[in-house]
Amino acid sequence: MQKSFLLYFFITLVGVVFIGRLFQLQIVNGNSYDPIHNAAVKIEYDYPERGYIYDRNGILLVANQLSYDVMIQPNQVKPLDTLEFCKLLKITKEDFLKRYKKADNYAPYLPSVFLKQLAKEDFAFLQEKLHKYQGFFIQKRIIREYPISAAANVLGYIGEVNEALAKNNSYYQPGELIGKDGIEKQYEDLLRGQKGKKYFKRNNLNKITGSFENGKKDTLAINGKDLILTLDIQLQEYAQKLMTGKRGGIVAIEPSSGEILALVTAPSYDPNMLVGRKRSKNSAILMDPKNLEKPTYDRGLKASYPPGSPFKMMNALIGLQEGVITQRTSFYCYNGYRYGKRKNEFMGCHCGIFGKPIKLKTAIARSCNSYFSNTYKRIVEIHNKPIEGLNNWSDHVKSFGLGNYLGYDLPQGSPGLIPTGDYYDKRLNYRWNGSSTISNAIGQGEVQTTPIQLANFTAAIANKGFFFTPHILKEVDKNPIDFPDFTEKKQTTIDKEHFSPVIEAMHEVFKSGTGRWSQVKGIEICGKTGTSENYAVVDGERIQLEDHSILVAFAPKDNPKIAMAIFVENGGYGSTIAAPITSLMIEKYLNGNISKATKYRETNMLNISLQSEYDKLIPKKEEIASGTK
Amino acid sequence: MRQEQNNIFAGIDWLLVLLFAVLVGFGWLNIYSASKTEETVELLSFSTEYGKQLIFICLTIPLIVLILFFNAKFYEKFAGIFYILSLLSLLGLFLFGKTINGATSWYNFGVLGLQPSEFVKAFTALAVAKLLSDRQYNFKLIKNQIKAFIVIFTPAFLILLQPDAGSALIYLAFFFVLNREGLTLNYIILGTSVIVLFILTILFGVKWMLISLFLLITIFSAYVIYRGGKRFLRFNWHKILGVYLIVGVFILGTGFAYNNVFQQHHRDRFEILLGLKTDNQGIGYNSHQSELTISSGGFTGKGYLKGDLTQGDFVPEQHTDYIFSTVGEEWGFLGSTLVIVLFMLLMYRIIYLSETHTNKFGRIYGYGLASILFFHVIVNIGMVIGLLPTVGIPLPFFSYGGSSLWGFTMLLFIFIRLDAHKHYDW
Repeated sequence: MQKSFLLYFFITLVGVVFIGRLFQLQIVNGNSYDPIHNAAVKIEYDYPERGYIYDRNGILLVANQLSYDVMIQPNQVKPLDTLEFCKLLKITKEDFLKRYKKADNYAPYLPSVFLKQLAKEDFAFLQEKLHKYQGFFIQKRIIREYPISAAANVLGYIGEVNEALAKNNSYYQPGELIGKDGIEKQYEDLLRGQKGKKYFKRNNLNKITGSFENGKKDTLAINGKDLILTLDIQLQEYAQKLMTGKRGGIVAIEPSSGEILALVTAPSYDPNMLVGRKRSKNSAILMDPKNLEKPTYDRGLKASYPPGSPFKMMNALIGLQEGVITQRTSFYCYNGYRYGKRKNEFMGCHCGIFGKPIKLKTAIARSCNSYFSNTYKRIVEIHNKPIEGLNNWSDHVKSFGLGNYLGYDLPQGSPGLIPTGDYYDKRLNYRWNGSSTISNAIGQGEVQTTPIQLANFTAAIANKGFFFTPHILKEVDKNPIDFPDFTEKKQTTIDKEHFSPVIEAMHEVFKSGTGRWSQVKGIEICGKTGTSENYAVVDGERIQLEDHSILVAFAPKDNPKIAMAIFVENGGYGSTIAAPITSLMIEKYLNGNISKATKYRETNMLNISLQSEYDKLIPKKEEIASGTK
Repeated sequence: MRQEQNNIFAGIDWLLVLLFAVLVGFGWLNIYSASKTEETVELLSFSTEYGKQLIFICLTIPLIVLILFFNAKFYEKFAGIFYILSLLSLLGLFLFGKTINGATSWYNFGVLGLQPSEFVKAFTALAVAKLLSDRQYNFKLIKNQIKAFIVIFTPAFLILLQPDAGSALIYLAFFFVLNREGLTLNYIILGTSVIVLFILTILFGVKWMLISLFLLITIFSAYVIYRGGKRFLRFNWHKILGVYLIVGVFILGTGFAYNNVFQQHHRDRFEILLGLKTDNQGIGYNSHQSELTISSGGFTGKGYLKGDLTQGDFVPEQHTDYIFSTVGEEWGFLGSTLVIVLFMLLMYRIIYLSETHTNKFGRIYGYGLASILFFHVIVNIGMVIGLLPTVGIPLPFFSYGGSSLWGFTMLLFIFIRLDAHKHYDW
């Protein structure tokens, strides 16, 4: 028996190895086997209608239309009259071969898109002839349609899912559509609905041999939900029109709810540009990084700049809350404020009140830099410990939603910047105090905010101390939203009583201050203008351009209905462009129309173009701008 | 007791017959599942594969009776003639053979094709048994060893020329027989290390293999010299040098042969198996589908005729070489383990019985049978479950095909005949 040991041994060894391998395949890997998603089961999808989108007054903003794709399954294609076929599809022979090869490389036994989004008239013609060409068929697809060509930045657009997502996500198949920006992206899950699925048994030739488990697993498509936005499309359209020829952003919020009434970025684009066959050409133009107009960049949400004078209200409120000033506290201004001994440690001021005591209301109305420098210094150095004072200041500011993403329901955004003690410790190596950070007093220097943050800040002032997180979604299938993030009141750290003097002062701005040329009869507007210096590097040279203008406002003074912030690139003083646009929008929103008395203002605004200023940004020497030399 | 009985079934090992019947029967059930189509056709019909296989199975009965009809002595006496005839049948292929899938392995008789290589195995086993059982034969002599090699490798060589490398490979199984009869293990060890070196060279490349092996040899030599001292070095330096030389030449040769002698499709198969390449749509498609199909069966399988991958014809050649994947899908881990256990039992039983033979001829033949079955099972199932490269040979008794079924039936029942006579003096 000993001599037979070797063969016995090998038979046993091989038997054990094989059974082990079967164990690995069938028990260990077998658990991961999916009885539905494998080669023997074919899934056919039934695509639901994507939800419609309406504005707050029920005006339709986004609807659906049908589009037709020519599909190909390469392994079923029989020799064909290429010339005739190309003529039918209006493509060249080279294009045909390229597309065929692409589909064949992807998967010869699976259908893929051959030619996207045919025009309707081409489809009707093609449908009659297509049966001659085996392996080709037509697939209906739902694409978007925009009855009103406004608010592209809010609505966003849909496009094919990228390959990585299609691979990792169990819902999306390659070639399917998904929201790519704006509302479409933010509320993709609500809008898309649920695909219906039909399962079939199929063989290796992709032939369907019957339904799978008698259709027990099949599901019906569930249509997407319709969304109603907080947007007032008429106000939005009007604002977009007023911004013609200018670059900038406007955000208007209803203070009592946080609902975004208008969210404008200029220049914008027609949302219909990103639909249909012209889409790829258009998107290349819109998203070209060399396009200085940046039409897909939402300035209302992302443009982060020092807020300038409107920030003085912030310091006034903190000063009142901390008790370092009262309504009756007065400071002197001598054409500016000296915060150090050196010659350049002096901040100029244009309030024009020389050597007389200035109180809070006047300080805001005349935008006195000296007053707020004094106030800021007191806030920071209150306990002789600048780090504590500054952190305390920073906490107050942040309670207004500044310095971080606000948490609104749109996918673009920028946090802005509110410095803390740590920030200066790092930057200025622990050697700083109220004087060295004095720019914060007047909203210059390190502080950065976005228009939507400023609009929200203004809404909090209008509400006297609280705000609702700004949001764009109002109702889902006619049910008001109940997301706690948007329905719960956020309290600031400033007590209610401190707001009245500030509001009075803001009212004064439109009564007698920088906004007085933009009054509207019968509406009490409260606001504050500001400017932000800016420089640009063009052709390797640093040039100073016209200041960006900034304005925040709300109206009416009692029971405010609209709070807004506007930012115009290179708009100069706020009173020339920002203030008129603001007052026109407020008048339009509150009164529904523009009175004869202010019509001239509208005409003016529609005609003003800042293009000559923007042209200064265009590099004259191509090679330096692109950085190749 | 020394007289033969007239009853041809006397002394038969019924356990072997039972294992045979179970394997053939279960095999047919799976062929039916793998090859059935929507239209229902009669079972006994030449128009479907399962129909044909059923006819082939029925025809094994007269074949078995015929084999059992002759007495054991007959097989020993005519072993040489059978062997010559089988060589002629292989040679005849080059004149009259029919080429299917690039291999000229078939004689065509109308509806029926015969593949002589499936039968030659049995006759070679008889010839080897005859040669080694001769009383004059001393296996210690190199001359005799070479004789045995010639008997074994002549048919293998002719089959390789068809070309049908898979069927030729099976003749390596006779090493077990030779080992049993006294051939030292050195051949097998040498063969195994050559294969291991070959695979490692492909896996890691010529450069790394040379560096690492030379390093190993150097360390080992240094150790031996340290232990043995200068004297050892003086007497053995040529051996050490020789080892370096042989290893170097072999590895360089492997690299050269792999890249220049092998053809691309050979390389592809190796590389897919070794995981250097993945190609689930091209050449690797069969193996990938087969593994997937088996995995999908899980523990208990999807049930007979309910395997959707089998029914959807996703595994190519499923009723022939890949029949085991049907078992895997529809009968699960339980069913496929059972099949392996059945094969193991069959082989154990054959070896056990062979060892009880007083007659050398029967014992050697039995070893030949067990070894051939063993090789077939390893190569076939190993391929189907993705452990070995794609080599197209059938699973004994299981796969579709008349020649293969009859070849194995002959192999087995000649043994059963010899075994029934083992207590008689021939």
